[in-house]
Amino acid sequence: MGVGTFFTSKLDEAIGWARKYSIFQYPFVTACCGMEYMATACSHYDVDRFGAGLPRFSPRQADVLFVVGTISHKMAPVLKRIYDQMCEPKWVVAFGVCTCTGGFYDNYATVQGIDTIIPVDVYIPGCPPRPESVIDGLMKLQDKIAVGTQRY
Amino acid sequence: MADARELFLSEGVSSRGDGSQHLHVNMGPAHPAMHGIVRIFAELDGETVVKTDVEIGYLHRAFEKDCEAGPYNNAIPYTDRLNYVSPLINNFGYSSAIEKLLGVEITDRCKYIRVIMSEISRICDHLTCVGAGSMELGAFTVFLYMIKAREFLWELVEEVTGARLTISYGRVGGVKADLPAGFDLKVKKAFAETRQVLEEVHTLVTGNRIFMDRMVGVGALSKEDTIAWGITGPLLRAAGVPFDLRKTQPYWAYDRIPFEIALGKNGDNFDRYLVRMAEMEQSMRIAEQALDGLPGGAIQVDWEGKAIPPDAYVDLGKQGKTEGLLLMPITLSPNLRGQDRGAHDRVNVHDKRVVLPTKADTYGSIEGLMNHFMLVMDGYGIRPPAGEAYFAAEGANGELGFYVVSDGSDRPYRVHCRPPCLPPVAALPKMIEGEMVADIIPTFGSVNMIGGELDR
Amino acid sequence: MDGSAILARLRERLGDRLLATHEYRGDHTAVVAREGLVAALSLCRDDDALAFDLLVDVTAVDYLRFPGREDGPRFEVVYHLYSIGHGHRVRLKVPVEQDDPVVPTATGLWPIANWLEREVWDMFGIRFDGHPDLRRLLMYEEFEGHPLRKDYPINRRQPLIGPKV
Repeated sequence: MGVGTFFTSKLDEAIGWARKYSIFQYPFVTACCGMEYMATACSHYDVDRFGAGLPRFSPRQADVLFVVGTISHKMAPVLKRIYDQMCEPKWVVAFGVCTCTGGFYDNYATVQGIDTIIPVDVYIPGCPPRPESVIDGLMKLQDKIAVGTQRY
Repeated sequence: MADARELFLSEGVSSRGDGSQHLHVNMGPAHPAMHGIVRIFAELDGETVVKTDVEIGYLHRAFEKDCEAGPYNNAIPYTDRLNYVSPLINNFGYSSAIEKLLGVEITDRCKYIRVIMSEISRICDHLTCVGAGSMELGAFTVFLYMIKAREFLWELVEEVTGARLTISYGRVGGVKADLPAGFDLKVKKAFAETRQVLEEVHTLVTGNRIFMDRMVGVGALSKEDTIAWGITGPLLRAAGVPFDLRKTQPYWAYDRIPFEIALGKNGDNFDRYLVRMAEMEQSMRIAEQALDGLPGGAIQVDWEGKAIPPDAYVDLGKQGKTEGLLLMPITLSPNLRGQDRGAHDRVNVHDKRVVLPTKADTYGSIEGLMNHFMLVMDGYGIRPPAGEAYFAAEGANGELGFYVVSDGSDRPYRVHCRPPCLPPVAALPKMIEGEMVADIIPTFGSVNMIGGELDR
Repeated sequence: MDGSAILARLRERLGDRLLATHEYRGDHTAVVAREGLVAALSLCRDDDALAFDLLVDVTAVDYLRFPGREDGPRFEVVYHLYSIGHGHRVRLKVPVEQDDPVVPTATGLWPIANWLEREVWDMFGIRFDGHPDLRRLLMYEEFEGHPLRKDYPINRRQPLIGPKV
């Protein structure tokens, strides 16, 4: 009894460690937060050191969906479709306060938080969040990826 | 969503008459060209683009309706997010439109500061545009170098405004705070780095065979077409028309600062790239000359005389020990740096109906407190007389216009932003029909579509 | 050309189709009747002295809640024009009634008017007679109503997917 769970939990940890350092993100960039996303991804605040340096521009090949920037109601079905196209295991990061709660765009055009449409794992507030906040959010995501039983 | 195909594209039959059909390809709205969200629905005959339909509006955030909801200064954060790569130009354009409506004239120093910060913003915009455009052609190094240069400029912006991107620095009647001490040295350093990056990019890309093959002769628009489509800015100058609002209808301090207009010849993507590179150098020249000629001189770093902490200052006022209180220097919090009395008077118009008093006056004198209240209370505030005004600034993409209608109350009745990147995106079908699919990418990159501005 | 000279020239050519002119804070405006709009715009573009070759912007204003103008025509379509050769500007305004919000199109004169008028239709519901492809530009087709009208509440959401809040 104990031996079986010991091996699977060690395997879980190993797979979690591997998954958290090989993040293939799909940057769903819409608005101003995209500029801070670019800044975080480039040399100054390099996100490649966390293993997240290779964005995959197809949802079929990505495992983390970075929703960066305001989502309007016109864009919402597209976001849902992209999310549906990703394979498990997948995670979603709400980057910027417009994706967390709609930001200060409380009007007819803006979705008040993408968690009304898709499940979100990490929220990074800020308008736009500084790259340090983004990296903090990314590290929290890595902790989330690493912990728990891994599906494989 | 209506299918564009039903609307206007006929189920195309190829002109070769062998029974083959045109292929309908949808690019976007979520696509890797990191410019924003636009949908290009193309009908292709092999690799050649026969017809396209461009669909925008995926980032419509109701800017104009939101501006009507609050007092005049409330719209400043919304204007930041219009052209979010050069937010300072939007801030100042909007503020200038309201100042035109009010009929106030900003101080000279404020004009120079607006020029300096606008030019820094313009350089950031061009860096992002050329960098992202080159990345899509495969020159990833150029992108990294230009974002590196942009970081140096963002540090400058952060020194002055407190934020990197969405700065909310402009105010009606002036700017939020004066330039910090030692700013001109920091600008020199940042510009030296930027000039080095531009030189490196020139070596990498300008004579590069692959780059030139993909950009020369692609996406060209004739001079007449460019004007008929209402296109202004670098795209119009690349077509050979020397129209730059900073020269033809100078505003702020542009009439006192000499610079050159970069002109192209063919109006193709390569000329647009060269125009943007040249404009960055010109912008640096403008900013340096403006810093040299800044009225009011460099900031005094420290002053003689004891400065007292603000709570002691307020206590003295409350106790009635007000003799000489209005002249006493105070140590302000770092957030309020550049907003002390001397600085405030240098950069804000001396008009009580428009500009908030300094914190020292608000807390130190009853007149200041009343002034502050009259500008902040609901129903009061900045109340331009009923009328309308249009102010156009030279944004990074062209003529950025703000049309403001006032009804005499403290809320704008109508604010309209004329986006400089709407005409080029409207003319995009004209630019790419007849070209190949791969030519859409550099053309779209050189148009520099910014979603926040396009969709407002 | 001086702003008042521009307005004078418009007045001499348009006669009584030019309803009013005024100048405020340096901007020169001509209010034109709907019947004379195409003539006015063609004149602005083709006349050598005026030569307004750049259609800068087409937009509209809803005067429903404007104090003092509740009885007049509800909308005004506003055209901003610029001449690259001469360097002068003018603004043309066309009053439009609420019951008959139709204005002739300018797409025959400037191709950019296509998208600018689509935006006015989308945001205000003003039709453009003769427009080749009048559909929404910024909102999605399923959206009902015209958001920038004063009687459209700012947070009436019509989501395509997701909760109705």
